[in-house]
Amino acid sequence: MQARRNDACRCAAKMIKRDEMMETEFTPWLSLAGGVLIGLSATLLMAMNGRIAGMTGILTGIIPPFSTDWAWRIAFLAGAIVAPGIYLFAGGEIAYAVPVSLPLLTLGGLIVGVGVYYGAGCTSGHGVCGMARLSPRSIAATATFMIATAVTVYVVRHIAEI
Amino acid sequence: MQKLIYSGLIGAIFGLGIAISGMANPAKVLNFFDVAGSWDPSLIFVMGGALLTTALGYRLVFGAASKPLFDAEFHLPINKIIDARLIAGSATFGIGWGIAGFCPGGAIPALGFGGVSVIAFTGAMVIGIVLARALDGLRHKPAKAF
Repeated sequence: MQARRNDACRCAAKMIKRDEMMETEFTPWLSLAGGVLIGLSATLLMAMNGRIAGMTGILTGIIPPFSTDWAWRIAFLAGAIVAPGIYLFAGGEIAYAVPVSLPLLTLGGLIVGVGVYYGAGCTSGHGVCGMARLSPRSIAATATFMIATAVTVYVVRHIAEI
Repeated sequence: MQKLIYSGLIGAIFGLGIAISGMANPAKVLNFFDVAGSWDPSLIFVMGGALLTTALGYRLVFGAASKPLFDAEFHLPINKIIDARLIAGSATFGIGWGIAGFCPGGAIPALGFGGVSVIAFTGAMVIGIVLARALDGLRHKPAKAF
């Protein structure tokens, strides 16, 4: 670890920045519980509304021109935004850190927007709902974006060292 | 009205699940993909838990009912073709996810507590969707709604 740090760091500021982005706690049970809740939500949305719980699809329907069934989409999104706040207010804890600068977040956001539009889905739509249905398109899409993300993280962190 | 209340509650379950799982935490998401660095395998448990629950849940739903409670039919994607558009779009999404650490499903729940970072990401993402749709509309008829 020490040797690695010496290699990786060319100045003190960089070392602090790199240390910040390192190490998040391994949380198998909490993450599993969160995953089960996501799956429960996907199941209920299919049972009630007959819809795939894909964030790209739900969100795109309320970006003008609105789809005709915009109302349930707004309700779903509002619930998703408000719930973590209520959980925090009730004394729950949510680990959260953003080791990415604002310009890169904005660039990343733009690229994600274009990508999920053409790819017709994201982690929730393809990665969870589509994979659960064994959809060949979703399996191909998920494999593609997981590999692309891993390669990008490797380039950003270990080659470009942004 | 009932449909809206249920939709809000189902969204709340989704948002809570995302928030506690770590999918809304860019530090954790980026560490999941950083196998060569500070690897945190937690997100395997998110994906695994979500996938198994959904697969089981869908089986139960499709087995028990021929239509959803608040709609005339299940809206399932029928397109089966794996084309360049799907792969290029997904690869593009992955590049953006790797740069920012947020995916759409992670970012929306984080809007409730994440401050300016996630607002900047989400704003840019919406602009990206609008731009892509406009560009697509120039070449084809407007894309069908999801």
